[in-house]
Amino acid sequence: MRNSRIPGRLVLTAVFGFLYLPVAVLVLLSFNESGLPTTWTGFSTKWYGALLGNGKILGAAGNTLVVAVAATIVSTILGTLLALGMEARARKSGTLEAIAFAPMVIPDIVLAVALLSFFSKLNVTLGLHTIIISHVIFDLAFVCSVVRARLKNFDYSVVEASRDLGASGWTTFWRITFPSIMPAVIAGALLAFTLSVDEFIISFFTAGAGRGSTTLPMQIYSMIRFGITPEVNALATLIMGVSATALLLSQWLNREQLP
Amino acid sequence: MSYNAARPNLLAAPAVLWLVAFMIVPCALILLFAFFERGVFGGIDYNLNLDNFRRVADPLYAGIFLRSARIALTAAGLAILIAYPAAYAITRALPTRQPILLFFAVLPFWSNYLIRTYAWIVLLNREGLVNNLLRGLGYHGEPLSMLYTEGAVITGLVYNYLPFVILAIYSTLSKLNPELIEASRDLGAGPVRTFLRVTLPLSLSGVAAGGVFVFILSIGNFVTPALLGGGRFQMVGNLVYDQFLSANDWPFGAALGMVLITLMIVLLMLQAHMTARASGETRGASADA
Repeated sequence: MRNSRIPGRLVLTAVFGFLYLPVAVLVLLSFNESGLPTTWTGFSTKWYGALLGNGKILGAAGNTLVVAVAATIVSTILGTLLALGMEARARKSGTLEAIAFAPMVIPDIVLAVALLSFFSKLNVTLGLHTIIISHVIFDLAFVCSVVRARLKNFDYSVVEASRDLGASGWTTFWRITFPSIMPAVIAGALLAFTLSVDEFIISFFTAGAGRGSTTLPMQIYSMIRFGITPEVNALATLIMGVSATALLLSQWLNREQLP
Repeated sequence: MSYNAARPNLLAAPAVLWLVAFMIVPCALILLFAFFERGVFGGIDYNLNLDNFRRVADPLYAGIFLRSARIALTAAGLAILIAYPAAYAITRALPTRQPILLFFAVLPFWSNYLIRTYAWIVLLNREGLVNNLLRGLGYHGEPLSMLYTEGAVITGLVYNYLPFVILAIYSTLSKLNPELIEASRDLGAGPVRTFLRVTLPLSLSGVAAGGVFVFILSIGNFVTPALLGGGRFQMVGNLVYDQFLSANDWPFGAALGMVLITLMIVLLMLQAHMTARASGETRGASADA
């Protein structure tokens, strides 16, 4: 049996190498004193220092945080309620399923131009608020799917027991249902947060022309459009660190479910 | 289930309202735009016609559509070829290790798309890592121009979407009833025949889901062609982008977007059909076994 595992290991090593090596190179380069991929001149954190001195990047980081936190709060509430509503239905509604699924599959470029057209038709000034509104769309769909997966294993007889013992619907929700789905709600919120931090296309179209609402991915896009800048390596490393931490945490909280 | 006779519809209402107001209405709006024409000064002339859709069929644009479709199809095919053995290997790992392997296979998918694409600029450019490596290995010719080629665009697409394809194929493979494979082996089929006649057909729904996903996201992509194709490779996504942000021809951009959505819906329906058929086969096969 041992020998039959060897080809599998080779395949996995190759595929994980392909997935992680390019990113590992970025991380390594971010600590290269020269900043160039051609020569290693020594370990240095100077590119991280350069980030702290870059007003544009700091401003963009601030905007990203505002957008991600706001979109996460709204989408976690809406997405959780949607999941509860969908799972409580006696019969599945095809329309509801389609509406909740659509944000995850619609090409982002289409949603982006649709939102741009919509906001400009309504004469809404574009800015951070329009990015937040747009992010909630796909964030809530992901929160909903994470929470629903948890609700599928939820034992509704506990709820009935609570009601039989005289607890109100409200008390039952906060004392029974919510504590049991809470890991999934937090996992969903962390996923929404990561998605928002990383989202580029929809932000790009709904941010408007002003410099005031540039987010980090938009800033990165303008920096890498025309080649390599060493600061980007440091910034990329930091962002990937944040995403990976949020996702590991999310996975750990929701560990009974597969990703 | 007396608990949420607490009005399921009321619970779903806020999210549904949000999605109707900010997803369905805007999409309906651009569907409408597609039937009008560009005004003289870039606005919209509300003059109902089908010119935009006729323009999509114009050889210039149809050519871009076909080329994007070819690139997207190649990316989908390559992603499946790489993902299948990986997903298969994960299902053969120890049960306790499977969730961990799967998690780390999918992790990159949730991280920043731009950064993952940028990593390939660092690897592929003329002063980049791959060329350096070649020089180190004794290659002294002109540095290879790998960046800004169709190959670079396809590599970027495969790299970015691979995790999802692994996930999709794994989820069908892991649900496969092991008794079917044993039965096939007991009946005298070798491992290759068992794979081709049992495992592969029963996992096609995951392959289809992954493939459709890569195809749709690739054909509508504008970031990868812009960054790794150096703007020389226009895909449908770039075309839509240009109509909205530079050519200022929103109705035509909207028509292009509508074609993308239609393509997506058709492919998803096909895939759902395949999945339904495959699960029917599994049920039948399980009953036989």
